Amino acid sequence: MKTKVLAIDDSRTIRNLLAATLEEAGFEYHCAVDGREGVDMYDDVAPDVVITDINMPNLDGFGVIEELRGDGINSKVPILVLTTESAPEMKARARDAGATGWITKPFDDQSLIFALKRVTGAVA
Amino acid sequence: MSGSIQDTFFEECEELLEAMDEGLTAIEGGDHDPEVVNAVFRAVHSIKGGAGAFGLDELVAFAHKFETVFDEVRSNKLELDTKLIQLLLRCSDHLADLVTVSRDGGSVDEEHNDVLIAGLEEYLDEEEEDLTFEPMGLGGPSVPLPLAAEEEKSYEIRFRPLKEMFGTGNEPFFLFQALSELGTLEVVLDETELPGFDAMAMDDSYLAWNLTLTTTEPKSAVEAVFEFVEGLCELSIASDKDAEEEAAALAALNAAFGVPGDSAEPETPAPFDAPAPAEATPMATPQATEKVETVKPESNKSEQRGPKPTLRVDLERVDRLINAVGELIINHSMLAQQIANLDVADLRDVETELEGFKNLARDIQEGVMSIRAQPVKPLFQRMARIVREASSATEKTAKLITEGENTEVDKTVIERLSDPLTHILRNAVDHGIEKPEDREAAGKNRTGEIRLSASHRSGSVCIEIKDNGAGINRPRVKQIAIEKGLIPENADLTDAEIDNLLFLPGFSTAKEVSNLSGRGVGMDVVKNAVTALGGRINVSSTPGKGSTFTIILPLTLAVMDGMVVSVADQTMVVPITSIIETMRGSDDMINSLGADGTLLSIRGNFVPICDVAGALGLRKPEGDKPPGVYLLVETETGQRSALAVDDIHDQRQVVIKSLDGVCGNIPGVAAATILGDGKIAMILDSESIIAASPTSATFDSDRRMSNAIAS
Repeated sequence: MKTKVLAIDDSRTIRNLLAATLEEAGFEYHCAVDGREGVDMYDDVAPDVVITDINMPNLDGFGVIEELRGDGINSKVPILVLTTESAPEMKARARDAGATGWITKPFDDQSLIFALKRVTGAVA
Repeated sequence: MSGSIQDTFFEECEELLEAMDEGLTAIEGGDHDPEVVNAVFRAVHSIKGGAGAFGLDELVAFAHKFETVFDEVRSNKLELDTKLIQLLLRCSDHLADLVTVSRDGGSVDEEHNDVLIAGLEEYLDEEEEDLTFEPMGLGGPSVPLPLAAEEEKSYEIRFRPLKEMFGTGNEPFFLFQALSELGTLEVVLDETELPGFDAMAMDDSYLAWNLTLTTTEPKSAVEAVFEFVEGLCELSIASDKDAEEEAAALAALNAAFGVPGDSAEPETPAPFDAPAPAEATPMATPQATEKVETVKPESNKSEQRGPKPTLRVDLERVDRLINAVGELIINHSMLAQQIANLDVADLRDVETELEGFKNLARDIQEGVMSIRAQPVKPLFQRMARIVREASSATEKTAKLITEGENTEVDKTVIERLSDPLTHILRNAVDHGIEKPEDREAAGKNRTGEIRLSASHRSGSVCIEIKDNGAGINRPRVKQIAIEKGLIPENADLTDAEIDNLLFLPGFSTAKEVSNLSGRGVGMDVVKNAVTALGGRINVSSTPGKGSTFTIILPLTLAVMDGMVVSVADQTMVVPITSIIETMRGSDDMINSLGADGTLLSIRGNFVPICDVAGALGLRKPEGDKPPGVYLLVETETGQRSALAVDDIHDQRQVVIKSLDGVCGNIPGVAAATILGDGKIAMILDSESIIAASPTSATFDSDRRMSNAIAS
């Protein structure tokens, strides 16, 4: 079974970059264009790990984490926050909301895979 | 990274730039809705993010400054006053330039770049200067650097998760797995803290691990594995090389990592961990004195769902489909013709089905055309920039107001309309709009207005550019035309005719060549571009009130409604949009004018007759008397002519086949089409046929005389 990734980002470029890297590395890649769509897709995709942008229309990354960790879904799925906002309090806020880790944009293939490895154990 | 991903990045940039322009224009118009501000911020942010991924440093650096200022606006630390809005607009233009340069190569005006950056920095705190954005920071410490030369070391790691860690989805097992990839790992579970079963709290953490890792990797690589659980565990990492310092290190690390939520930042080597500028230091701006309402408590908009789902398709595929539909329409008319030729008594059923076929073909055609159709909005948005630039270059103030932005036009038309519109708008600012003081003296608002509107008008698209400037200086235009030998000195022209002199080749009113509109191209180039699209352009003007340019374009470039006529035994097609009415003439309606001119009298008005066969050289003008069917057409100057043809056969949709590249420019012929019988028919360009007709030439100069005849 391939490790399933659900990537949520409103930037098509970032989605394409993620898709290229992740598919090449052997992950199963799913994506959503904003937080709301990501949360809506979550049950159907049942991903092993979620990668989400922070600043998005409709529902931002914090909203995604809160909804995924909230009572309704109450998932322990690893959630990686994908963000250029590398300021410590942004990470702290994401973690308080329940994020597992973060990937700083711009990312390279190696650090992306490394981050995924640490939260899913996937050896892609 | 793959080039195609970069291509989509630039594609996305176009969309983001549009969104940004749209937002800024709304902001300029007084809409300071937080969601609008947020949308602009996101656009800039996404451009920066993507640019970073491709190492486009210059773009990243500028976008970063832009974004930072906008972030201040977003968090209401900066107020959107006119000066800031103007700066942001210029920055958005520059950002667009940077994107273009990044894509196509070339260079930007460094000085302009620096001026804008300095302008942006005025709005930023000085401390902000220290926070330089590292474009290629690539994840910083999380990259395990493969330093092969490093000698093997052994690390003693003690890892004790706090209960907070389990709420974040971090799993110790995966961390160990990642560690084991660095070298040889031994894992020993320490369960000494595990209480008796009855004393155990479900959500607490009691387990700890002692790990021994033998690896060539540096300590930072080991720490990187635990990056996500910093502050969520008790962690100590000690290498055998510094065993004597172990105790001290353990104490230090525990102090650093020990308490979750500790505000003291542990000694991570992350390059980004500089203090956040915005939150840390609220800023005072020079503009902070006047209070502007920036927040509207209207959050409903944020509830709006995103755009409708769309499918991105290669344009080539759509064009293939359009060609196929064109063939389908031709095929239908061939089939219809062959069925009509059959010697069958009752064709009613077949004809009913054939009619259905025709309707379906038309539906498909319309559907396919609508795929190519795009709103003129992006085009219009770009034009706002043209007006801004033109205004600042000429030291005038003008603003562009756009209407009917959602009017959809064929993609090719939009692409090819950009240059003509740019030219007209530059002209409007340069020649039309007066200097602010002159406007004031004339009792007008200092800011000139240019209204750019698009609308659908009976099968065609109408684009209007209307300014409220000084209007066309007719005596001057006429004088120039005479000086340049474009019209005879004694020419008696109507106001409309004078206005349209602007479109003559070789006409340019610029007294001195300004760096703006005087670029060696005149309005004739604009006219040619519009004509090439099968459209018409017209200008009207009221002195002191302004001028209006009207461009009428066909909805599609592929199919049109035409009237099938025969001329000297040839079948031809006249575009139906130019035809006002058709009539069968009788001898008493025809009057001679001069040596070879003839006029058609219609309800008391005289209209010059243009013999199509004669104009195309298919029949000598003095040969047979003009045929009996007339198509009354109107030219772009509003002048009417009667095209004389032999007969009218049909009115139908024809597929336009361009003659470009097949043969040169034939006066009088716009394109060709294929008819139901498989024969090729020319599509006539009534404008140029009339221009070539001897009667209209005579008629033009003798109009007053003919009017005298009429009365």
